[in-house]
Amino acid sequence: MNLGSQLLQYAFAGLTLGSIYALVALAFVTTFNITGVLNLAMGEFLTFGALLAVSLLAAGLPFPLACVMAVCLVALLGGLMERVAVRPVLGAPPLVPVMVTIGLAVSLRGVALLLWGTQTYTLPAFSPGESLRVGGAALTLQSLWVLGFLLIVLLGLFVFFDYTVSGKAVRACMINRTAAELLGIRPERMAFYSFVASGALGAAAGILITPITLATYDVGFMLGLKGFIGAVVGGLTSVPGAVVGGLLLGLLEAFGAGLVASGMKDVAAMLVLLAVLLVRPTGIFGLGRGREA
Amino acid sequence: MRYKAAVLAAVLLLVAGLLAGCGAGKEYAIGAVVDVSGPASSLGVPERNTLQMLVDDLNARGGINGHPVKLTILDNESDETKALLAAKKLVEQQKVLAILGCSTTGTSLAMIDTVQKNQVPMISMAAAAKIVEPVQDRKWVFKTAQNDILVANKIARYLADKGLKKVAFLYMNNAYGDGGREAFSKAAPAHGLEIVLTEKFEATDKDMTMQLTRVKASPAQATVVWAIPPSAAIVTKNYRMLQITQPLIQTHGIGNKDFIELAGEAANGVVFPVGKLLVAEQLPDSDPQKAVLLQYKQSYRARFNAEPSTFGGHAWDAFNLLVKALEQAGPDRARIRDALENIKEFAGITGIFNMSPQDHNGLDERALVMVEIRDGQWRLI
Repeated sequence: MNLGSQLLQYAFAGLTLGSIYALVALAFVTTFNITGVLNLAMGEFLTFGALLAVSLLAAGLPFPLACVMAVCLVALLGGLMERVAVRPVLGAPPLVPVMVTIGLAVSLRGVALLLWGTQTYTLPAFSPGESLRVGGAALTLQSLWVLGFLLIVLLGLFVFFDYTVSGKAVRACMINRTAAELLGIRPERMAFYSFVASGALGAAAGILITPITLATYDVGFMLGLKGFIGAVVGGLTSVPGAVVGGLLLGLLEAFGAGLVASGMKDVAAMLVLLAVLLVRPTGIFGLGRGREA
Repeated sequence: MRYKAAVLAAVLLLVAGLLAGCGAGKEYAIGAVVDVSGPASSLGVPERNTLQMLVDDLNARGGINGHPVKLTILDNESDETKALLAAKKLVEQQKVLAILGCSTTGTSLAMIDTVQKNQVPMISMAAAAKIVEPVQDRKWVFKTAQNDILVANKIARYLADKGLKKVAFLYMNNAYGDGGREAFSKAAPAHGLEIVLTEKFEATDKDMTMQLTRVKASPAQATVVWAIPPSAAIVTKNYRMLQITQPLIQTHGIGNKDFIELAGEAANGVVFPVGKLLVAEQLPDSDPQKAVLLQYKQSYRARFNAEPSTFGGHAWDAFNLLVKALEQAGPDRARIRDALENIKEFAGITGIFNMSPQDHNGLDERALVMVEIRDGQWRLI
């Protein structure tokens, strides 16, 4: 294996990891933009999506149906979370909703532990078959699914924000919530939908990556954290920023581990976060202002 | 949990009391401290089950030389402090003749001071060599799980026999992987092998292609991975994805059905050393352990409707070594210890034990066999 194909292999690994982080980062950004709440229970959406799909599949449902149902169930969970736990504290100081979501994350992880135990589960690959060979490097078909899904989500968000009335309403809420309310837009409803959407997005990401990463009751924790870093690096409010942040993080991890030392993986990620926060506290794509409610 | 342990103890007391009432000899009190709940419960539960099954069977057969055995099993909740408290309770209140346990290295080490000071024989079911070494400070401590160095030597010998001299070594960054790295870096040069690359990964890592890309680019002729699932399964999948053609050797850490389930197709072709329990049916009839292994498998299945594990096997060995010592020594702690130290050629579940004043584990490489996964099944090679 020559250096060229080694580098290509690191790039593939980085893009796969990065797409997962980017999907989580997108879910962060969507809810943060609309509600101003950092939902730190995001990782648990991945866990529940993956493990519910595993259980539904084991219960005898066909694979595609099991996946769709798992996504719907987690979307419902997201909506429920907004209604029951987040909405009551929306007016409170910004730290309060964050604490609430941390509490939710811990409780959900506990529930997952009770339901599924400490065992590891897996799902079948979406399309069976050998991995692709490109320039001496290998790329699994499942990685292509992850990348493809990221592109579709991006495209969907782009269309939604730029070409639909609801999307424009969301953007209006982001820019000036009071003015938006005066124009008849209901931010609370938007907040509800944003949690439903991030639940669905997280669950889908969780299902997509399970054939690669396997799933345990705590699989979402680290992925949620990395996605959060991706979102922060990207500026927390910017959709393209989240994607760039996530991908950048994945690539850095891959090249850090590959070229420097395998122990350097997480170090690289944390260094980037520190560097970005020191040099450009608003993130690479940040708006350069604090968020006003 | 403590409540459960208390109930359990009460029931055992009652049973023992009934048996004692039948005019049998004075009962022998022994204790066990097991990681029944908490993170190590996957080890502790089969151990507790095995101990319970064995003591019931033993008493049904009439006990040891006519003396029924009262076994008190306490749960340390995988916690070192609780293990220590449990050991003190057994020694000071129950006045046990010997203690079996614990399931993990940490909890076992926590009890050593107490048993050394009170001169109570202890048989641990955990892995690390330091539980019984240095042996001059571990006069009263024995253990039944095999040391890492045995596994490392078995792998190194296998590679040397195949003429695979250049080896890449990957390990998971925790106590299990670290122990393996230490052992393998001793075993490899002793068998004329050269470790050309050492890489590690975190237990929570989801992708090891970076490390494996370096393996692929290295001159290694074989790869040794020292890890447990799920990361062992992810490494295996990545290994096949990168189409690395060198043989992939792993350790006894993947010796359960989980690994095959998680790694799927990729598991085929993986070779690893493991205790004989996994492939008991395939052993030649001349194997001195075969009868014991099959019997244990059968009675465990019959009683618990589950497959026995190697951890339960460690408990089987601990219990039966102690029974053997008790048969010879009677109810005297010092004589039990001496008897334990002199047990020779004892065919147990983990291996054949040859205890000595220098070796309180007593196992050798005969305890392990090399197994290959073919078509999702373990095949003795």
